[in-house]
Amino acid sequence: MDDRLRHNFAEVYPGFTSTQAMDESNRCLFCYDAPCITACPTGINIPSFIKKIATGNLKGSAKVIMDANPVGASCARVCPTVQLCEGACVLNDASEPIAIGMLQRFATDAAIKSGERLFAPGPSNGLKVAVVGSGPAGLSAARELARFGYSVTIYEAKDKPGGLDTYGIVSFRLPQEISLWEAEQVSRMGVEIRTGVRVGVDVQPEQLLEKYNAVVLAVGMGQVPNLGIEGENLEGVYDAIDLIESVKTDAFTGDMDGARVVVIGAGNTAIDAATCSVRLGAGNVKIAYRRTRSEMTAYDFEYSFAKEDGVEFRWLTAPKRIIGDESGKVTHLECVRMELSEAGKDGRPVPVPIEGSEFLMEVDAVIKAIGQTRLLGLIEAFSLDHYKGVVTVDPRTYRTSHPKVYAAGDVIFGHGQGEAMVVSAAQQGKLTAHEIHRQLNRQTAETA
Amino acid sequence: MADLRTDLAGIRSPNPFWLASAPPTNTGYQVQRAFDAGWGGAVWKTLGSLVINTTSRYGGYNIGNQRVAGFNNIELISDRPLEVNLKEIYETKKMFPNHALVVSLMVEPKREAWHEIVKRVEAVGVDGLELNFGCPHGMAERGMGSASGQVPALVEAQTSWVKEAAQTPVIVKLTPNITDITATAVAAVQGGADAISLINTINSLMGVDLDSWNTIPQVAGKGAHGGYCGPAVKPIALSMLAECARHPQVTVPISGIGGVSTWKDAAEFLLMGATGVQVCTAAMHHGFRIVEDMIDGLSNYLDEKGLTSVDELIGKSVSKYTNWGDLDLNYRIVARINTETCINCNKCHIACEDTSHQCIERHMDVEGKPYLKVREDDCVGCNLCSIVCPVDGVISMVEVPPEAQPMTWNERVKALSAVGSGN
Repeated sequence: MDDRLRHNFAEVYPGFTSTQAMDESNRCLFCYDAPCITACPTGINIPSFIKKIATGNLKGSAKVIMDANPVGASCARVCPTVQLCEGACVLNDASEPIAIGMLQRFATDAAIKSGERLFAPGPSNGLKVAVVGSGPAGLSAARELARFGYSVTIYEAKDKPGGLDTYGIVSFRLPQEISLWEAEQVSRMGVEIRTGVRVGVDVQPEQLLEKYNAVVLAVGMGQVPNLGIEGENLEGVYDAIDLIESVKTDAFTGDMDGARVVVIGAGNTAIDAATCSVRLGAGNVKIAYRRTRSEMTAYDFEYSFAKEDGVEFRWLTAPKRIIGDESGKVTHLECVRMELSEAGKDGRPVPVPIEGSEFLMEVDAVIKAIGQTRLLGLIEAFSLDHYKGVVTVDPRTYRTSHPKVYAAGDVIFGHGQGEAMVVSAAQQGKLTAHEIHRQLNRQTAETA
Repeated sequence: MADLRTDLAGIRSPNPFWLASAPPTNTGYQVQRAFDAGWGGAVWKTLGSLVINTTSRYGGYNIGNQRVAGFNNIELISDRPLEVNLKEIYETKKMFPNHALVVSLMVEPKREAWHEIVKRVEAVGVDGLELNFGCPHGMAERGMGSASGQVPALVEAQTSWVKEAAQTPVIVKLTPNITDITATAVAAVQGGADAISLINTINSLMGVDLDSWNTIPQVAGKGAHGGYCGPAVKPIALSMLAECARHPQVTVPISGIGGVSTWKDAAEFLLMGATGVQVCTAAMHHGFRIVEDMIDGLSNYLDEKGLTSVDELIGKSVSKYTNWGDLDLNYRIVARINTETCINCNKCHIACEDTSHQCIERHMDVEGKPYLKVREDDCVGCNLCSIVCPVDGVISMVEVPPEAQPMTWNERVKALSAVGSGN
């Protein structure tokens, strides 16, 4: 990555200065039974960590955050705080809410800088748990289990731990070193993170089930599915997840300089792909979405961020065909205008094409960002019940149809189950660990 | 616009705002800048014996992000030659004939020493003298400053020596480092003081550095107690002012000092009996320009209250300051929470629950919205909830009908002894 790109991909928002952190932390009222705590899916004791910033106890502050949320440094950056903690801040009614996300980042940044290990593993209880996937849910489960004294091994297919936080969120919003630090905190507690090991290929589910007392499936989701239209294999057509990953790992070999880019889809990954393209030097970036702004799944702050980056939005626009030249390179995208009809089964209005409204856009790149596929092969290799690739769990215990297998994170998200947020995955991982501990403790007690 | 002019024992000033004898009044350059900025008067930094000052000298007390909530210093009196000071005082008075220029003095407790300095200073043309019986550090170790000011007999004697020589009004500045400040106030009056000023700074150690374990401030790894001042001392100063103002033997006007930072502070001091105020820390924090709003704010306040001069404000609250035994035991107020404007931070609840009388209840309305309610029967009207509430006007302390006729403790004791039942 050259200097210009390095600059483009540096974190967008600088962290708070010490003065900003002191000013803001002292503004916090230190509410009793504060609503921000309830609004945080991981239940971070927010007034406590903010008070500790105000008293200069930064280590204590970071511990409060990371205790409740093992990926609290990442969440400080990617949480939709306006909808969560900051949205619940009582000061919304009196002045401005406290900038909780920025303060959380200030405290965790200090912990990253200090390099200290924040938590110690519990005394060994002789039990072993395998965690498949080292994303937010997996790391969170592993960290909690290590604190309970379990011997934990994480199996991670990629070269580095962290999952979505490491590979799937653009670096100008979440630099890799943040999620790698979170993973390092977990490995420094004695958790073995075996990267580059694919469960189902390098190691079989049966082996895990045999060797470990419990297995946590926290594998997330796969690539972007096909659009199912002509021309998807042309040069210049990208999978948003792949694109972000290749840029984040410095492996991007394409040329976006001056390119006319259309991103298909309007979720947070679509926004990431669009703003990523802008930073790669694209000349014009549009997001085409078959519904309208009210139905898009991207957070409001993501939408504003894209607008600030000059990304244009084309609502009620669906791709119909990708056209290339003789050399196999994309040149045009044919779209069709849509209109919304009655709400469908999921409660969202169904977009239907307007006949004869097809039009062509000249493009140099098309990026697909219409969601992610399910890792069906792996789910079925564990013989788990699922609905369209969403692993079925007991919502209280996170236990799957296999009594030894628990699941958390994106692998259980969809069709009305779970939540898509990083912070929800972290909480599910935590609760899964607590449930495993409860179950295995009970079993141990019964055996005894 | 109301008339802001004041007259303290014959020392006239265009407004009640003076700079106190301190670092801001060290030189002619500074005092002239201050007068240009609008200060009505200045008390020149204390002249007297030869001193040598240390580095460092000041310490600040910050609370949260409030810097200089308190301030202290170990600086001594003027370390410039007397001749230089006198020349600059002369020049300054010539340039600003209508401003109050008072000079602070401190010499060893000897009649001749006082006579000599009084004569030399008055010779250059000043409006008054202030005797520094308050400085708590350094000078006190040599028997001056607060060492003199803590002994009523010494205060009286030295004041009378000064009065033997002085032609201009004499203000005696009192130290708060004493159990009962009215003892030295009365001594000053008996010695012939034309006015008193209070308070000087309070003995203090600002802090300990948690890395070096040195004192704050430190001089080559050691520290000594210094004089404490700034906004944090205002309540202490105000009570001492009030005690003097209501004391029957303190018959002279008072110049109020101690934490005055805004026109509101000044108005409170005036109400509690000060004829004018002296300011130091606020100017050291923000510069001389703060006087503009002090004048403007006080003037607007007087207009708003329908008063035509600052004199009409002076002392109006003195009679309201009394002894605990004269407070009405049957007076009753209770807290009321405005649930429309309440933001539900629950600070009042936890303060009351943990540390007061457990009478603020948490409830949920039919829509599941939380609200707080005071159980008035159990509320003792302590004010705590309204103090911790972060939003002005949400909690009001409301007067409720008393259950009995007004009666003070003293009246109660008297009544009980009349019927012979002891207490």
